[in-house]
Formats: sequence, C-alpha cells, structure tokens
Amino acid sequence: MPAKLQLEHLSMAFKTPKGAFQALAPVTLSIAQGHFVSLIGPSGCGKSTIFNIVAGLLEPSGGRVVIDGADATGTIGRVGYMLQKDLLLPWRTVLDNVILGMEIQGMPLHRARERALPLLRRYGLSGFEYLYPNALSGGMRQRAALLRTLLFDTDVILLDEPFGALDAQTKLQMQEWLLQLWSDFGKTVVFVTHDIDEAIYLSDEVHVMTTRPGRIVASIPVPIGRPRPRTVTLTSSFIDIKERCLELLTAHNSSLNEAA
Amino acid sequence: MTVQETSRVADVGGSSLDTAPSRSTQSARPKRTMRRLPAQKDWPFWVIVLTQVAILIAIIGLWQAAADFGWIDGFFWSKPSAIYATLIKFFTEGDAWTDISFTFRSTIFGFLIGTTAGSMLGLSFWWSRNYAAIVQPYVICFESLPKLALAPLVILVFGLGLASKVAIATALTLVVSTLTAYAGVKAVDPDQEKLFYSLGASRTQVFRKLVVPFCLPWIISVLRVNIGLALTGAIVGEFVASQHGLGRQILYAGQTYDIALVWVAVLVLSTLAVVMYVAVSWLESVLRKGVRQ
Repeated sequence: MPAKLQLEHLSMAFKTPKGAFQALAPVTLSIAQGHFVSLIGPSGCGKSTIFNIVAGLLEPSGGRVVIDGADATGTIGRVGYMLQKDLLLPWRTVLDNVILGMEIQGMPLHRARERALPLLRRYGLSGFEYLYPNALSGGMRQRAALLRTLLFDTDVILLDEPFGALDAQTKLQMQEWLLQLWSDFGKTVVFVTHDIDEAIYLSDEVHVMTTRPGRIVASIPVPIGRPRPRTVTLTSSFIDIKERCLELLTAHNSSLNEAA
Repeated sequence: MTVQETSRVADVGGSSLDTAPSRSTQSARPKRTMRRLPAQKDWPFWVIVLTQVAILIAIIGLWQAAADFGWIDGFFWSKPSAIYATLIKFFTEGDAWTDISFTFRSTIFGFLIGTTAGSMLGLSFWWSRNYAAIVQPYVICFESLPKLALAPLVILVFGLGLASKVAIATALTLVVSTLTAYAGVKAVDPDQEKLFYSLGASRTQVFRKLVVPFCLPWIISVLRVNIGLALTGAIVGEFVASQHGLGRQILYAGQTYDIALVWVAVLVLSTLAVVMYVAVSWLESVLRKGVRQ
C-alpha cells in the first residue's frame, strides 16, 4: 500500500536564551492510506510539535512533510487537525460550527449545511444541530469538533488527545464512535494520547515516543483483527503489546530520572 | 425486613451520638448562644416605590420650607416653587428644545464616531504586532491625557458650533473603545486562530469570522460607559464656548445668578442622560442577544 503521509527526518530546534533546544530529533515515519496510528509518550516528547508541523502551523528546522508523494511542508489546509480543546465558536450553532472548514474553503453556506445535517444526525448529534455549544456536554462537544474536522474533507486527520478531558465512561463510547466514523470514511488517522489502552485498542500501529530530544523509540504493530470487541483488551496479545509499550515508556523515563 | 434492620442500625447510631459522647464533653464546653441564619425579608415592590417617592417629597418639602422660613439663603439655593415656575417658563417661552436637541446631537454623534472609530482602531491592532507595538504608547499617552484640558484648543480649531462639541465627545469615547477592543483582540485564543489556519483560512477570514465576533461583546460592554462620557464631553464643550445647549444654559444661568434656571437645566440634563442610558442599555441587551454571549 502506498504511503499517504510521510515524515522525512523531521526535526525541530527552538532557540532559547540558554542555546538551542532540540524539541524533536529527526523523526521519520510513514503512514499508509487508511491506517489508524497512534503516538504515545510523556509530555514534552514532541507529539504536538509533529502535529503543528504536519498541519503547516510550524516551520520545521529540518526535514519534509510528504503527502501523497508531494512535498507539503509549511502548507496549511492539507490535513484535518483537531486540537485538544474542542474550540467550538460560542456564537455559532453546532451546525454552523461543524461547517466552518467548508465555509473557509469557500463552499456556499446552504450547501455546506445540506452536507453537514445528515452527518450530524447519523453520528449522534441529532437534536443538537441548532443549539449553541454551551448547551452541550463534553462528549457532545468533542463529537461536534470531530465532525468539523471530518467535514473539512481531507484524507489525513490529526487528533491531539481528543478524549483526554472526558470521563472514563464517555471516553469508551467516544472510542467506539470514532472507530465507526473511521471505518465509514476511510480516513488516515494519526492519534495522540497518553492512554496506552486507548492507543492499542484504536490503532493499527503504535509509535512510542520519548523526550529530550523528542523522538520515536519504537513502532509496534497491532495485529488484532477488526472489528475489535471491548474484551480484546483482556486478551494475551493485547496485554503483550501493552507490556512492551509500558516497558519502553518506563525504561526511558527511568533513564531520564537517573540523568536528572 | 432489611429496611427495618437498617433503620434500627441508624437508630442505634443516632442514640449513641445523642447520649454517650456528648454527655462527657458537655461539662467542658462553654454555653453557646442559639443563633438563626440571618434572613432578610423582601418588601413588596410598591412599598419600595412608595418609600422612594416619600423621600423625594420630603426633600423637596424640606427645601421649600427651609427657603421660606429663611433657614437657607433662597437666593443662592433657590427653592422648588421657583424652580417649577422657571421650568414651565423654560419650556414655554425659551428655546428649550433647541438646547436639548443641540446637546443630544453632540452627544450622539460623539458617541457614535468615538465608539466606531475606537473599536475599529482597537481591532486593527490584530493585523500587525509591529504596528500595535508602535501605536500603543501613543494611545496610552492619549488615554492618560486629561482630554478636557484640550477643550479650548478644540473650540478654536472646530469653531463654536456643533463640530467642536462632537470632537470633544469623540475624544473622550474613542480611547475607551480602542483600549477595550484591543483588550478583546489580545484575549483571542491562539489555539482558536491555529484551528482557523489549519483549515486553510486567510488572515481576512480569521479576522472576519473569529476576531470580530469574538471582540463584539467587549465592544458592546463599553457602550453604556461611552454614552455617559460623550455627554460629559458635550457639556464641557458647551461650557467653554457655545451658543446653544444645556451646558451653555447652565453656565449662562450661573453667571447671571439665575439659580432656578441652573437647577432646571441640570434637571433636564439628568433626564436626557437617563433616557440615553436606558436606550443604550436596551441596545446593549439586543446586541448581546444577537452575538449570543
């Protein structure tokens, strides 16, 4: 399968008063069309930096972002990017929030709304279309934000800890919901999370990252068939992968502690 | 059965709390005063209004009596009966409506120009950080400057007519709107901007679809302050030099020792101020509903 999104030796150094700070060591990563991959790692491992570079919001110090075989470094609007916060505009209804991407791309409002309405109804926001975001629960707001990202209609979607602030129960529901969307739309998803279970359960491949400098230390494929029932988290193959992830994360953290 | 059991358990717990531990500590503990939660009873609306009216009547009556019995100098303080007579004369014989309309127009124009231009100036700072950094000291300088001190100069430049009053009212309202709109601009969430750019937005789109709607509540919030400031500016302009207006009436009446007329003009001015304040408050609530904040 051809690579949809490639990061080629992507690196990022910030200038600080104390000298250059290497936020991201050269990172190389290739993600196939339609795959769901996760990045996990401690805070400050450069996950958000990678996302900002891929979304074109940050110029990398070195390396390239390649989408569909063409250089896309430093261009905005090529991927859908959902930040940690839902960032819904409080003065717009849910419907008008969801069409923001299409509106910015110049689609007439009525057509954008026509496209969005059936999706809102199909994906659990029925009855909320004309409400304002402050009337919605956290889970519903995340749904709206995700649909906004999806309706922007790019092949690649970056999700930065979208469920980090949700309670455990809602989080599980949202994971199912996300997988449903993913299989319906066939997007290529890059997912950042702190939650190892979440990463493994959702992904085809998990990339474990570490800090100082931020880099990928291991890429672990998840050879578990889909659709995955919830109980898959109790199987030995799942637990094996989880053990490896934990080992990698703790090994690098402890070496950090010794250095400190 | 289970219900009875739990209730018995609860009983046992309750009684043990009542008797055993408290008895042992009671002797050592000083006596406490029993105090209820302080509560205030609201009077009916009509009682409040009636009291207010009664207070007003009492003040007017006392004033009248004090002047009539010579407790205060009626020449300097005037008295309600004389003020009332002057009020009638003011509206029937003088050109009251010209004055009222003159002050009203200077206030409204100053308010509109100052608020609009100020808000636009404040919003414009979003476009360039360099531009904002360059202009900001000037704005702050102009803010701290007592602008009313410039009134004589403004009269010289803009003449005796309406323009000079509008200019002073504008100067007072402009800075407040500028700084408030700029505060709104600075409060725009950078992540929100990031989201817009990630969707491929242009700067114009971010400005129109994010910055302006986000800052509108800020801009609206100064409307009430500004209408008061605009009125102050208009009155001061009339004090300095004018041929019309309530401010000029007050000044003129004071200089000719027509104290009753001073009171009349102040009374009319207050009424005008209240009317405009209420109108702007209404406008504010309508606008707020419009922008959903």
